[in-house]
Amino acid sequence: MASSGIKDQVAIVGMGCTRFGERWDMGVDDLLTDAATEAATSAGMSIHDIDAFWLGTMTSGVCGVTLSRPLKLDYKPVTRVENYCATGSEAFRNACYAVASGAYDTAMAIGVEKLKDTGFSGLTGIRPVGDGTDPGLSSPAAFSFLSPSYAHKYGVDREQLKEVMGRIAFKNHQNGARNPRAQFQKEVSMETIAKAPLVAGDLGVFDCSGVSDGSAAAIICRAADAHRYCENPLYVKALSFVAGPAAGPIDPGYDYTTFEEVVRSAADAYAQAGITEPRVQLAMAEVHDCFTPTELVLMEDLGFAERGTAWKEVLEGTFDRDGDLPVNPDGGLKSFGHPIGASGLRMLFECWLQLRGEAPPDRQINTVGPGRTLGLTHNLGGAPGEGVSFVGIVGTELG
Amino acid sequence: MSGGITAWGTYLPYWRLRRSAIAGTLGTGGGRGTRAVASYDEDTTTLGVEAGRRALAAGPGPGAVQDLFLSTPDPGYLDKTNATTVHAALGLGRASGAYDFAGSPRSAVATLLQALTGAGGRTTLAVLSDLRTGLAGSAEERDSGDGAAAFVCAPEGAVAELVGRGAASDEFLDRWRVPGESDSHVWEERFGEELYVPLAREAFAASLKDAGLVEGDIDHAVVTGLHVRAVKATASGLGVREGVLAPDLTGAVGNLGAAQAGVALCDVLERAEPGQVIVVLSLADGADSFILRTTDALPGVQRDRAEAGVPTVAEQVAAGRDDLAYPTFLTWRGQLHREPPRRPDPERPGAPTVHRSEEWKYGFTASRCLVCGFRHMPPTRACLSCHAIDQMQPERLADVPGTVATFTIDHLAYSMSPPVVGVIVDFDGGGRYRCEMTDVRATELSIGDRVAMTFRRVWTAQGVHNYFWKARPAGDQVAPSGADPDGERGE
Repeated sequence: MASSGIKDQVAIVGMGCTRFGERWDMGVDDLLTDAATEAATSAGMSIHDIDAFWLGTMTSGVCGVTLSRPLKLDYKPVTRVENYCATGSEAFRNACYAVASGAYDTAMAIGVEKLKDTGFSGLTGIRPVGDGTDPGLSSPAAFSFLSPSYAHKYGVDREQLKEVMGRIAFKNHQNGARNPRAQFQKEVSMETIAKAPLVAGDLGVFDCSGVSDGSAAAIICRAADAHRYCENPLYVKALSFVAGPAAGPIDPGYDYTTFEEVVRSAADAYAQAGITEPRVQLAMAEVHDCFTPTELVLMEDLGFAERGTAWKEVLEGTFDRDGDLPVNPDGGLKSFGHPIGASGLRMLFECWLQLRGEAPPDRQINTVGPGRTLGLTHNLGGAPGEGVSFVGIVGTELG
Repeated sequence: MSGGITAWGTYLPYWRLRRSAIAGTLGTGGGRGTRAVASYDEDTTTLGVEAGRRALAAGPGPGAVQDLFLSTPDPGYLDKTNATTVHAALGLGRASGAYDFAGSPRSAVATLLQALTGAGGRTTLAVLSDLRTGLAGSAEERDSGDGAAAFVCAPEGAVAELVGRGAASDEFLDRWRVPGESDSHVWEERFGEELYVPLAREAFAASLKDAGLVEGDIDHAVVTGLHVRAVKATASGLGVREGVLAPDLTGAVGNLGAAQAGVALCDVLERAEPGQVIVVLSLADGADSFILRTTDALPGVQRDRAEAGVPTVAEQVAAGRDDLAYPTFLTWRGQLHREPPRRPDPERPGAPTVHRSEEWKYGFTASRCLVCGFRHMPPTRACLSCHAIDQMQPERLADVPGTVATFTIDHLAYSMSPPVVGVIVDFDGGGRYRCEMTDVRATELSIGDRVAMTFRRVWTAQGVHNYFWKARPAGDQVAPSGADPDGERGE
């Protein structure tokens, strides 16, 4: 069994990303049209020049017609993809493989989600007819198991860990305040974060990502063709995806301080990309901060911090926009909300801006430079101990 | 050895409503003492399951039961048999019968009598269950209570044999309820009293004659009925010896309706000695009197039950948690329409899906890998640990305790009584499951706490009741010290 990857075989030559938020003004069709148009324009192409499409959405449509109808595509292949919160990344991964295989010259990966039309708080699931035995805990509750377990395992005071969680929210909102595409474009004080009402366990309102609508898209071609469309493309270095056996809820050995799916997909992605020291080789990372303790645990699972130390690094500012390794410089899910199908591609969009020096000056990170040209995107779907994980790595240079 | 009652079990729910709390909210009504309150996730079926589990906790086990009778005036379903739910939750054999005896409280007495008189032939589990509500501020709400009793009646090993019975019937309007109503109507109290007292005397006399006994032979007398004045008048004129009348439990738990006679009889069985005579006289649309004589098998069964940790009626009456807020009680009973969370309503479970998972959903049956021993909850065909497929043996874990590995309080999830308490439970002997916790205030829960499983109605969606198991604190029904007397559940 081997995961060889497709390093440097395909490139991103155009991207688009709508403003995320409570888009009462836009339907799924509008969001898709805006993201697809922006991506095509940035690659100097027409949508109709693209050979094949991968559409990621969890609940906002089924089948490829969800995309071909609003764009009025002329009988092109459109594949609709769903893989929980990694849906957008999964659309991207499959589009990359299609181009790498030689089946198509160009492909678009596009993700969309319209969550705010339901009128409900939080995410609403898509479940087959059940036997009624699922405990039906909300997503915040499922992830709230992390923080007391982490505190217990590493001897961190629960109050101190609350501060660490607050610091993650504070950082991501600071970044989001500088991003015109974010749902929340305001800094939030540590005091406001600390005082927010509880949603589940130790998680307050600001420990949870928002609920929003949005869409993002990427255009992919063979790496050899990239300069036909774009002066400074992003090359795909690694794509890794794993689904776990859902061991956590049934295995007494699971302690709720790690995501094994993330550990596995990160190791695979680093091997594909030839990365041995992610913390110094990566210039940035966009990670799945659905809840603040998730980001905390991810810093260790992705190898950015030693086990049991991420909480200190968070307080020391290691992952701040001006830190050793900026994490979620665009504001993350905290500032963007989490329109499921769009999030993975939205993360990629920040790599597109930052690594190519196109981020606004007040948000541009200073870690990008010679010898440090890689960015990581990460999605997690499901719940601790029972989910899926995607890790992708892109960079501005071949080799 | 002879036929009769061989085992018994009772269930009084964890929560108590102080009658004074009613006046505290409504400004009127109320009174002294408490009433037993089924939680928002309990109904007559789940109360019956809990009583049935206790009846089967010591003795030959569920495999011995040939017939299951469930009697209640408040069935979860009509047309669909509720006894089959109890049957599945107790893990009774497929070849046993399961029958409902629904309607008036008198049906419950008949159910026990049917099991007793049929005991010569078949081992029967008779479950008597009631959940009584009444309108806000009514005497019904104040004076009634919720609970269940269960009896195993079998041809061998009786602790009490039926030695005589008598009945008297008459048609009159004393208490009635049109199907669908939560509260019953009553006629003028003195009218019923005037009719009931002679009916009770006639039934009692007939039972004595049938048994060849006189009043002075009675060692324990249980007189029950929803007509309180008639019950009191009958009891005081019974002519039995001093101290023979069983203690009145209604002050602490309320009048348990269809379960009242059964719970009171269990209380007597828990205190009685061999060779004693017990009379049960029930006033319900007439009167039924039956006389039991305890046998030498009684002390052994009493001891077995204590060793199995089955709580007695007296222990349950003394326990219970009485800081339930009256508005919470009203909410649980659907009398107070509260704003639901901004979350989708649950979807009704699918009938085929439920049926395929019957052993898990109702029997709480896990699977253990025969190759490596890993226990899976819910049961699976493929082993998480060694990947063997179809090398599993079923293991019922309903009666296996566990330990809280971690927990959370979910303010967002749908519940009739938010917030939901979610727990990760590691079961003794292996196996982990994530489930809801009930009969607990989240602020009093800690990692490492011991829990037991309890059968509950999780919710009802589109007319379908969703039954499943939840965790609850083990160390049965011991209220924590320092409880906030006016606290709301789970805050």
